[in-house]
Amino acid sequence: MSLIESTAAQLHRQLTSGNVTSVEVTQSFLDHIQQHDEHYSAFISLNVEAALAQAEDIDRRRASGKPVGALGGLPVAVKDVICTKGQTTTCGSKMLRDFVPPYDATVVCKLKQADGVLLGKTNMDEFAMGSSTENSAFGVTHNPWDRTCVPGGSSGGAAACVAARMAPLSVGTDTGGSIRQPAAFCGVTGMKPTYGRVSRFGLVAFASSLDQIGPIAQTAEDAALLLQALAGHDPNDSTSSSKPVPDFLRAINQPLVGLKIGVIREHFGEGLDDEVAAAVREAVHTYQALGATVSDISLPHNQYAIATYYVIAPSEASSNLARYDGVHYGFRANEAEILETLKQERDTATATNQEATGKELDSELIRMYQRTRSEGFGSEVQRRIMLGVYALSEGYASKYYLKALKVRRLIRQDFDKAFEKVDLIVGPTSPTPAYPIGDKIADPLSMYLGDLYTVSANLAGIAGISIPCGFSKTGLPIGLQLQAPAFEEERLLQAAHMFQQQTDWHTKRPSLKN
Amino acid sequence: MSLSRKEIEKVSHLARLQLSDPELDAMTAQLANVVEYMETLSGLNTDDVEPLAHASDISNVLADDILKPSLSREEALANAPKRDAECYRVPAVLGD
Repeated sequence: MSLIESTAAQLHRQLTSGNVTSVEVTQSFLDHIQQHDEHYSAFISLNVEAALAQAEDIDRRRASGKPVGALGGLPVAVKDVICTKGQTTTCGSKMLRDFVPPYDATVVCKLKQADGVLLGKTNMDEFAMGSSTENSAFGVTHNPWDRTCVPGGSSGGAAACVAARMAPLSVGTDTGGSIRQPAAFCGVTGMKPTYGRVSRFGLVAFASSLDQIGPIAQTAEDAALLLQALAGHDPNDSTSSSKPVPDFLRAINQPLVGLKIGVIREHFGEGLDDEVAAAVREAVHTYQALGATVSDISLPHNQYAIATYYVIAPSEASSNLARYDGVHYGFRANEAEILETLKQERDTATATNQEATGKELDSELIRMYQRTRSEGFGSEVQRRIMLGVYALSEGYASKYYLKALKVRRLIRQDFDKAFEKVDLIVGPTSPTPAYPIGDKIADPLSMYLGDLYTVSANLAGIAGISIPCGFSKTGLPIGLQLQAPAFEEERLLQAAHMFQQQTDWHTKRPSLKN
Repeated sequence: MSLSRKEIEKVSHLARLQLSDPELDAMTAQLANVVEYMETLSGLNTDDVEPLAHASDISNVLADDILKPSLSREEALANAPKRDAECYRVPAVLGD
């Protein structure tokens, strides 16, 4: 088997036993990227020299018997919303096209300490807002299974690069499904850990109460390997949990005995694609055959999840994105033009005596903010900022924002009740497989409705994983979502691994076409 | 109640975004659609429900008040679109 076709666990064994070097592994993935990525745009930037230098250093240490970290020289791709010192971190936005962070995110420090080789930064919807990776200032990422389809989003590049064998491991972020849905669309394994399991320090904020970093890989075992390196308390993120991190890799081989899984009645309603429904039912049968008991459960407030999410997430975003003002970092609109336009407007106002009518003109600074933000942000980001500002504005804050926070508690309580009866909740990750590029981009609401099954885990702060469970007739992957109570990542990985021991969906790979 | 163009104009000012006339039209139509969908929440009785701002059970994380090294001025200014040796530069804030 060629290096790029191997799982991370297989490569890890070969690296540890000295059968192959980190330089050889890293070079194979870089070659594969350079050969194919112009047709997929999974990466925004590559780290060729630094990656090879890092790999060389790891090989040297291994050869001389010195300690090597837990990732042992495996290449890792990082979503371009996570700060990397000295390397551009664009968030898929014109606003941060040239932004070079002065520090590494905690997860990047941890990857380096674990001897993960940083291959490059992956494409995404701008500021992680979107479900298709069509909202990137650096072009659309294409689905490796069908280039005319979206890879999902916002971690579209992160999932596509694993499916296309451009990286064995990939770090994504999930605010409302942004790891799980692209993992489903690309036929790979992707986990959103519990809120607080992984430090968000150095993750460019979208919605701070919902954002979480997590692993994308071919298998649950590979995801466990990567999560182990990412997880843990960080004094720089006061929302990160100090709960001890279990040994995920050891746990994964212990099958769950007496597993109780719940299937949500509401998930099989209107809008669910027939082929997805059939694949998910088949997956539930697989668990039954493995000894799990299945019961029907109800999450009565699930129907409000999308509306709740699309109040809370844009509200937090409108506040977080206020920092992009063209002053401290990032893009600034052409100042000479702004001043010239403003001067003309003032002259006209004086000539027509508008000042007497009380019409106020913007100051130079306000106009600079406005032009910078209008030119620097793409249309989806502007829409979400507007939505958030509206939901928080005088007269509407209690009607929308406060209301949504109350419904958020009801959604959380539904999960608490459900997990009194079952260990895991199983269902579809997304109502449909990947759709054609351009299909939903003009209708934001239709795009938002695709997040129906994923947003509630972020609202409730619980953990979820998507694993491959079948294909559509047209050859597009279908994802199965497993959800577990907060801090039960172990259970998710064990259950996912059990499934992957019985099925071979996760071993299927697309043949890349140039 | 549907969103008016005038409201969208006001919100765009609060959001420090400058939208052209066609952009305002498109934004009004798209947001009206989304806001109408959000109205589904108002049908739900939440009278006795406490708001949940975040799902974490951590509160009041305190740190000792110890001086630690931070970014140097040069590092902090390195990404500025306009600067001099010591400061960020912005257009005039006060009038002539």
